[in-house]
Order: sequence, then C-alpha cells, then structure tokens
Amino acid sequence: MILVSLILILLTSGIASWIVARRHETSARWIAVAGVGADFLITIGVWIANTGRAQPVTRRWFEECNFNWISQFGIRFHLALDGLSLALLLLTYFLGIVAILSSWTEIRQRVGFFHFNLLWVLAGITGVFLAADLFVFYLFWELMLVPMYFLIGIWGHERRIYAATKFFLFTQLSGLLMLVAIISLAVIHQRTTGIFTFDYEQLLNTTMSPRSARLLMLGFFVAFAVKLPAFPFHTWLPDAHTEAPTAGSVILAGLLLKTGAYGLVRFVLPLFPGPSRELAPLMMTVGVIGILYGAVLAVAQTDLKRLVAYTSVSHMGFVLLGIFAGNEIALEGAVIQMISHGISTGALFVLAGLLQERIHTREISEMGGLWETMPALSGAGLVFAMASLGLPGLGDFVGEFLVLLGTYRVNVSLTVVATLGLLAATLYGLRFAQGAFHGPNLHHWRLPDMRLREWTILGPMILCLLWIGLYPQPVLNTLRRSLATVQQAALPQPLSGDKR
Amino acid sequence: MNVADFVALLPLITISVTAVVVMIAIAIRRNHKVAIAISLIGVAASLMSLSLAASNAPLQITDFFILDSYSRLYMAILLGATGVVFLFAYDYLKRRQERPEEFYLLVLLATAGAMVLLVSRNFASFFLGLELLSVALYSLIAYVRTQSTSIEAGIKYLVLAASSSSVLLFGLALIYADSGSMELSQFATAMTGISGSTNTIPLLIGLMLVLTGIGFKLAVVPFQLWTPDVYEGAPLPVTAFIATVSKAGMFAFLLRWFHVHGVGIAGTPGLVLTLIAIASMLTGNLLALLQTNVKRILAYSSIAHMGYFLVALVAGGPLGAPAATYYLIAYATTVLGAFGLMTILAGSRDEATSIDDYRGLLWKRPLVASAFTITLLSLAGIPLTAGFLGKFYVVAAGASQSRWILLFTLVISSTIGLFYYLRIIVALYSQQTDSGLVESSARPLPLPATLVLTALAALILLLGVYPAPLWDAIIAVTRDLG
Repeated sequence: MILVSLILILLTSGIASWIVARRHETSARWIAVAGVGADFLITIGVWIANTGRAQPVTRRWFEECNFNWISQFGIRFHLALDGLSLALLLLTYFLGIVAILSSWTEIRQRVGFFHFNLLWVLAGITGVFLAADLFVFYLFWELMLVPMYFLIGIWGHERRIYAATKFFLFTQLSGLLMLVAIISLAVIHQRTTGIFTFDYEQLLNTTMSPRSARLLMLGFFVAFAVKLPAFPFHTWLPDAHTEAPTAGSVILAGLLLKTGAYGLVRFVLPLFPGPSRELAPLMMTVGVIGILYGAVLAVAQTDLKRLVAYTSVSHMGFVLLGIFAGNEIALEGAVIQMISHGISTGALFVLAGLLQERIHTREISEMGGLWETMPALSGAGLVFAMASLGLPGLGDFVGEFLVLLGTYRVNVSLTVVATLGLLAATLYGLRFAQGAFHGPNLHHWRLPDMRLREWTILGPMILCLLWIGLYPQPVLNTLRRSLATVQQAALPQPLSGDKR
Repeated sequence: MNVADFVALLPLITISVTAVVVMIAIAIRRNHKVAIAISLIGVAASLMSLSLAASNAPLQITDFFILDSYSRLYMAILLGATGVVFLFAYDYLKRRQERPEEFYLLVLLATAGAMVLLVSRNFASFFLGLELLSVALYSLIAYVRTQSTSIEAGIKYLVLAASSSSVLLFGLALIYADSGSMELSQFATAMTGISGSTNTIPLLIGLMLVLTGIGFKLAVVPFQLWTPDVYEGAPLPVTAFIATVSKAGMFAFLLRWFHVHGVGIAGTPGLVLTLIAIASMLTGNLLALLQTNVKRILAYSSIAHMGYFLVALVAGGPLGAPAATYYLIAYATTVLGAFGLMTILAGSRDEATSIDDYRGLLWKRPLVASAFTITLLSLAGIPLTAGFLGKFYVVAAGASQSRWILLFTLVISSTIGLFYYLRIIVALYSQQTDSGLVESSARPLPLPATLVLTALAALILLLGVYPAPLWDAIIAVTRDLG
C-alpha cells in the first residue's frame, strides 16, 4: 500500500495546489513541497528499513502491491520496489523538491496549474519506476508526457510550442512502437502458456523465436533510446531542454532521461537476454558515438542551456555503454552515472535558471567575470561544471570510471574511444566555467549573490555529489542485489562484480 | 408474430411511435419544450423497453430482423447518443432557430433507420433502414435554412448519398441475380473466404458495390469526399449525430455481416478492406494537418478513426469484434463530447469553428476547456481515457492475428494525428487574446448541456480507467454473433 500512497499523495497534492492557488499562491507552492517532501520521507523510511537488516534471499522486492484490474487481459495493478527503483525514487523526490524551489520566483503565472503539472509528472515518473506490469508501465510512461508537454508548452521560453510538440511526437511514436511490442510479447506468451498476462515476472521467461525476440527487443529499445536519448534519436532533447522552464529542464534532464535508462535495465536486458547479448556491440557503439557527438557539440554551443543539454547526450552515452557492456561493474557504474548525472545536470539547469533570472540571457558570451559580483554562485557553478566533466571526488567520476572499467574487460578499443569523450568533457566544462565566471567583467554586471532559498537548493546538491563521489558504497549496496538479478537474467554466468 | 416478438421489437416501435407523436404535437401547437420532452421520454422509454427483452435468446423475426443481445447493446448506444444529441441541441436550437421542433422528429426518424440497420439480417431490410436514415439526414443537414453553407452541405450529401445508394442497389441486384438470396449469413463466408469456395465474378462485383455504399456512409477512403464539407456545413448537433449514430448503425451492420470467429477477413475482400483501412488512416490524419477549422479537423479525424475500426474488423479473431465494439463506444462518447462542447460555445449567429476561437479558452471557461482537453486526449489515445484503451484493444486484436502492416500504419498515423490534436490543445492553453469567443463568453452556460458534457467527460475517464464491466458485457454480447 505504501507504493500506491506514494502516487496518490502526488496526485492529490497536485489537485490541491491547483485549487488553493486561486486564493493564495505561496501556500500552493508549500502544498507542492509538502507533497513531494512526504514522499521523500516515506522513501527514505523504506530505504532505512530495508538496508539495515540482512535481506532474505527469496524476496525480490522490498515492497509490493498487486490488485486485479482488467482481468480479461490479465492486467493487474502491480507495483513493486527493489533497490534500483528505490535509488531512482530518492532521486525523483530530491529533484522534485529542487524543481519546485527553483521555480519559486521564476513562475508567476498560473501557479496552481504549474504545480499541478509538476506533481503529476512526478507521479508518472514514480509509476514508471515502480510498475511491475507492462501495461501499467506503459500507462505511466505515457502519462508523464502530457503534463511535461504542458510544462514546456505553457511556461517555456521563446520556441516553446515547437519544442514541446517535437518532444511529444518523438516520445509518442516510439512509445506506440513499444505498445505494439508489449502486446505482441503478451500474445506470444499467451500462445505458449495459454495465459494472457502483462505481469513482468511472468513474462520474464517467455520462450520465443530469436527473430521475434529481436524485433520485440527493438520495439522496446526504440522507446527507451528516444527517452535516453541515444545518438540518432536525440534531436528533440536540445530543443526541449532549452525551451523548458527551469523546473521542466531539471525534471527532463534529471528524471525523464533516467526513465529511458531504467527501462533498458529493467525490461530490455531481462526480457530479451539473447538479443541483448547479440546486439550489445552495436548498442555500445551507439553509446560511444553519443558520448563523442554530445561532447563535441556541447563544446560548440553558446547558449548555456543548450550546452548542458548536449552534455546530457554525452553522459547518457556512458549509461548506454555501461548497460550493454554485459558485466555488473559497468551496470552499477551506469546506474551511479544516472543518479549523479541527475543531480549535477539538474544543478546546472538550476544555475542557468538563476543566471537567466538575473541577467536575462543564456548566452555564455554575454556573461564573464561573474565571480567578481557573485562569488558564491560562481563557486557553486564551478563545482557543478567540474562534476559534469568528471572530476574525481564528485559523483559523475565514479559512474564513468566504473563504466569504463567494466567496458574495458569487454571491448578495449571502444573504451579508449569513449575515454576521448572525457577529454571533450574537460573542454566544455572549462569553457563554460571560464567564459561565464572568470575573466574581466566586460558587461559590468552588478548582481545579487545567492539567497537563502538558492543555498537550500544548491547546497544539498553539492553535498550529494560529494557523497556519491567519495563514499558511493551505500548506494551500491542498495543497488547491488537488484542489478545482480538483472545481470543474472541477462547473462547466466558466474558473477565477477563482487570481488571489489 | 407472437407476444415475445413484439416485446423484442418494442424499442423500434417505441421510437417510431414517438416520431409520430412529435409530429402530431407539432401539428396541434408548436412548442419547443413539449417537442423535446416527448422526444426524450420516447428515447427513455425505448431504452427501458430494451431491458424487458434483455433475457431473451436471439430471436429471428420474419426474414428481416434478428434481435439478439448484440443488437440490444448497439441500440442502447444509439439511443444514448440520440438522447445526448437532443440535450445539446435544445439550447442551440433555441438560440438559432425559429422553428426548431421538426429537428426532433427528423432525428427520431433517422435513429429508427439506424436501429433497423443493426437488427437486419437481410439486405432488403438493410436498404430500408439505410434510406430511412439517409432521407432524414438530407433535411437535417440543411436544417438551418438561413445559412447557405448548411444548404450547400445538404445538397452535396443528397447527391452523393443518392448515387451511392443506387450503386448499392445495383450491387444488391447483382447479388440477387447470382445467388437468388438476400440473406446476410449467406455471404459472410463469401467475404471471409474461409470455405475456399471461389466466388463467381458477378457475386464478387455485387459485394464490392455493396461495400462501396457502406463505405460511403462510414466515410472511409476513397468514399470520404463528402465528409469535411458536410461536417462543416451541418448544424453542430446534426454533425454530432452523423458522427455517432449514423456511423455506429452502419458499423454494427458491417460487423454482423463479417464477423466470423477464429479468422479474420481474407481473400480479395480482405485485401480491399486492408487497403481501405490503410488509406483511411493515413489520408484522414494527413489531411487533417492542413485544416484550421475544428469541425473539418474532426471530420478528417473521423475518417482516420474509421480506419482504426477496420483494423479490428479485418483482424477478426476472438478479439476483433469486442475491440471494434469497444472502440466504437469510446469514439462515440468522445466525439459526442467534442461536438457537444462546440454546441455549447456556439453563438447565436456563428458557430465557434476556427481554432482561433478557442485560443485561451482555459482561462475563460475552465470547465469546457478541461472537457475539451479530455476529449482531444481521448481521440489521440492518451492513457486514462477511453480512446487509449480502445486503441490498446485494437492493437491487441491486430497483434493476436499478426496484422503487422495494419498495426504499423496505425502507429504512424496516430502519431501524425497527435500533431493536430495538440494544435487545438495548444490553442486552448495559450495566452488570452482578444480574439476567441467574444460573444459567448459573457453568456452563462446552458445547464442541461453542461451537465451532459460533464457526464460525458467523466464517462471518458471512467471507461479509460475501469473498463472491465463493459468489456465483459461486450465479450458476452459478441459471443452470440456470427
């Protein structure tokens, strides 16, 4: 029941803040914070309860709920929580609070409807991370699109409608292909066993011909690759990220991209182990292309948000590489990368929002010398830029390092090429820090430094990055069992990841 | 004919009697309120008489009619839709029309025609119902005599519908000449081509000509040319009626004719229907992209939606007929909601048809705009709406019969479709401007129509969240079919 309440709290507080905002806007914001905060506390509670004691081996899920829904097709409202979901849920609510706080002064129009959409996106994302029934998963997958579309389309910047529509169409087309794949999988399962079901665990061991397995896998893969985004499907991302309001960018980069990676880990690898192994070299190559392509384009950007958007393409390339490397180290690295990228990129978008609020531009060339007038904000900016370029001691480094370590065992040449991406990362990271904060203050900016509210947003994000960077063990402990299960399903071979 | 037969036929009889009573009432004294009251009571009585015969086994009455649970379900759909059209039409006609009473009479007649379509088991009674429906529609489309677009649309429909009817008649003649029978069940196997028997050329030509006539009524490509003009020209309640009752009646007939358990439609008819489905899905959605008039957009979108129905129909199998039926219910509910809210917003002179009229509607009329958003999302097939589950069901039917080409066309075309639904939604949510509905924004919303609209929006969500009872009913009903 805890899992259902996580979603219900978000849905109801979304409606509540829409209603309340007509009378009092600030209390609507507080209701939103309270809703996400309550979920955050509940999730932390579940985390503490489940990491302390020794886990019984037979139990796969920490929490589970399972209701009958549409019996004709064997659809059950089945939610389940394991370590992977738990870690991503913590990230979701953390960034959710960040998103609400960062739009405190930015959003002044239709405050209630804004928070309604924000909370419903979070509810959709929660559902995606929890669903253990493929129909329910698809439902939430689509459900998070509509409020996101509104967030970009109503409160975005100049070309918001173009960006929002492009985002929606890309995800919808790929999503429908996944729907066809989901239904076909259920139909194949029904033909072999006689049971029509969409339940994740029952579908895991569906027997099918290699050809149909490959096609179905591609159906799933397209949906996740668009969300991730993997290289040829990424074109919606720079537009959507750039045009979205700060909260929208934070949620897009921090969470929506992660749902794609989560889908690959949760569904593609275990459901289609054969094709995943077979196509792994191709997928890894796509990942490496993404790393280089994103990094090179990021170097060339002049718009701060666009720059950060392209770094996301690059970082998610590492995630794709790690997922398909086929060993547990790389997989753990990929998930760590997902979490720390969520925080560091989210923080960079918050920073871009803060800068835009102050100087009304996102052009890096318009900035320069900001350190002089805003030392604290510039310092924070430097930290996040360093995190994004993979400085040891901060979160992203751990993820990228583990991914490269794991990939090295499988494919040395790809690892070498991927490492070049880190080089380009240094370029764009330094270029951003240098161009925005250092140098002479040519435009004579005189700006207020960080306020208390902004400290409360960025401070914890820095702490989290440091924590993951210096002591990632608690996170790895949380993830290990569920990732081992995934790995076991995908590659039934002796595990090599436990030696560390 | 015995008592049981009469009980079974009671819904049809009730509706016909109501039409006569309305006519007499108008002759005695014109009164809008009395006319709608009689019509609504008639529809309600007819709905209630459905339940009287609910327990009966399938009943064949003469060579013409068959009354089974399938036809009762569809009759309930038609009657419900007619009732909703009445409620929306009342306020609309009060504002715009000097003599609104005959509208109810004509709609009742058309409904009776559509009901005959879905109980017929014989081509003769089918033609009877079709003409009853069409003739009433000619005058309904041209009902607003002060507007030239309405008259133009009426004449266009008259000419095209009459010629399609004659094509259909010629097809029936060929069939009769070749086989000496008009009975529907004789030709089910001919269409599905399972028996392996080769059809004679005249029979095949005849069947294709009949399909042409049916395709015209359903407005599938290449018989769709009348749709946008008629949708645009007809008064809004009539457009709602054409989009739901007229199409549902014809679709129910098609389903009864073709439905065979186990396999889908194969052979030449299968190929033809597949092509029609693909062409309808693509043409409808692509042409809708070019429109700026909401009525025309919905007209093209209806062409595409008929293509989705055909996917379920062609796929067949145990899921085919239930999927098509559920899709029809979802579509009818949604499209009634869409046209209904346009009816509510229509001014006393002009209907709000341009997308620009809806700009910033959310901030002026939040209730109507929310309902519009729900209907549009349902048309686009976004989860938690009836439209999504309809699409899910259709895809499941197609996938279980491995109709991959149809499914991929469906995926691509519904993505294209999303684009124009989003355009309307963008307009609804855009910044408030001075364009848009100036006249009607001062006027309070009519109460009955608003209540019905709210109920429809709630129904769309309910069907999208908890469809299980309806699905069970549909499965039970389609089991006695074919």
